Amino acid sequence: MGVLQIEARQLSKHYGNLVAVDELSFEVGAGEVLGFLGPNGAGKSTTMKMLTGFLAPTSGTALINGHDIVDDSLAARRCIGYLPEGAPSYGEMGVRAFLQFVARARGFEGRKAAAAAAGAIERLNLDGVTEQPIETLSKGFKRRVGLAQAIIHDPQVLIMDEPTDGLDPNQKHEVRRLIREMSKDKIIVISTHLLEEVQALCNRAMIISGGRLLVDDTPAGLIARSRYHEAVTLVVEQPERVASVLSELPEARKVELREGELTVFPAPGRRLFEVIADAVRANGWAVSELRLEAGRLDEVFRQITRQEVS
Amino acid sequence: MRRVAGPVLNVMRRELAGYFSTPVAWVFIVIFLVMAGVFAFYIGAFYDRGIADLDPFFTFHPWLYLFLVPAIAMRLWAEERRSGTVELLLTLPLTAWQAVLGKFLAAWLFIGLALLLTFPVWLTVNYLGAPDNGVIVAGYVGSWLMAGGFLAIGSCMSALTRNQVVAFILSVVVCFGFLLSGLPMVTDLFSGWAPQALLDTIADFSFLAHFATISRGVIDLRDLVYFALVITFWLLANTIVLEMKKAS
Repeated sequence: MGVLQIEARQLSKHYGNLVAVDELSFEVGAGEVLGFLGPNGAGKSTTMKMLTGFLAPTSGTALINGHDIVDDSLAARRCIGYLPEGAPSYGEMGVRAFLQFVARARGFEGRKAAAAAAGAIERLNLDGVTEQPIETLSKGFKRRVGLAQAIIHDPQVLIMDEPTDGLDPNQKHEVRRLIREMSKDKIIVISTHLLEEVQALCNRAMIISGGRLLVDDTPAGLIARSRYHEAVTLVVEQPERVASVLSELPEARKVELREGELTVFPAPGRRLFEVIADAVRANGWAVSELRLEAGRLDEVFRQITRQEVS
Repeated sequence: MRRVAGPVLNVMRRELAGYFSTPVAWVFIVIFLVMAGVFAFYIGAFYDRGIADLDPFFTFHPWLYLFLVPAIAMRLWAEERRSGTVELLLTLPLTAWQAVLGKFLAAWLFIGLALLLTFPVWLTVNYLGAPDNGVIVAGYVGSWLMAGGFLAIGSCMSALTRNQVVAFILSVVVCFGFLLSGLPMVTDLFSGWAPQALLDTIADFSFLAHFATISRGVIDLRDLVYFALVITFWLLANTIVLEMKKAS
């Protein structure tokens, strides 16, 4: 067994004149939970479809645990568990029958296939619905069936295309918990356009737009790029007067008043929170809310992807 | 061997189970049996001929298959593409060829089952007289082989599109061409300008001619090879279509 990793080398996909993925190169190692972030049509799904062997790259290739996805597709596919977008499955089949089919396709035989299916059913709490046709299940259960088929062979690499898309908040929470549970010693790659998901699940994020890699960073690193990073927001009576006082502070670069909230941005390298707290105390302002901003991921995302468009 | 055949059988088993967990199987079998009966007894004048054989029964099989086999074949790949399960199937560690073969075998066995369920016709003719049962067995074999040819064409057409109606129409047209390639309406297009050798080749592609010899009770190796080649050719084409979609 080679080193546990994904290595993409100038991976490209063209549809006629349209370049869906443009010479994407990256490496992912064990223990990483990588989130592909990007607007719709950015090339996230296409990249995943190439990694899993559903689409052939126009040029370039990728190695999954050292197996080339073009020259040694079957060996590469054996290392991967894949949840396609929308978690498609054979609707007329029962949950157990479907999982046994996937287990056999994954090389389990006879009783071992039944055991693998039973194991996946247990891990995803599908016990109550094993004999039900999949098409009669709720969306949350269908997604769990999709996850069950993806992990049935305990793959080293787990690739999931929008795993929580279209689920309600409880189901999202549940699916994220399951993914987090599975993330030990594996490589997990998810795609999403939900920024909260990257914060909740991933320890690495890649922003992709127009088929190209724009940013490769940790979620915390991404947030730190926000202009809101380390800013202080307060809700106060007579905000105009307070704003004029605060804008005189050497630590403040800029003060913005928006919808009753006053946001003070720090000068480079300066810390604001304590200074403002002191000022509030000294001036006796009636403050109803005072908070330190971590940064706003959606703002970073828009900023990065919009730069690309313009 | 196990590594090669295992995935094929696995896909085949899933497909077969799929037929019987939806109304598709029952609707197809009932319609096939009713139509086969109507053709044989009314149009084929089974009783009036006063001959104890199944000629009027088998004669209409090509025409029956022309519409019923594409109806079974149209969903093979188009449905997978529409529902997205094709992405699941083709990212499992099996080759496109194994998937194609598994699906084909399931549908072929299923049609074989429908064909076997026409056994009351065989009972009837044996009750009424003393037919040559060897000829009847040959007729069944030939009919099933021909169904396989239609099915392989339909499977390939189904891989071309996600729309089942388009898949159905394409298969009927191509099957019709293969069915009639020995008849004047096709050969006339070529006679006069094409060399005789080409004309003979085209005529040789006719399902009807090959089916006719088998159903007369003559199981000629050439006819068996012919159907085997037709099936193999279209299933290979099917696999190539899948690979092309992957690269497109």
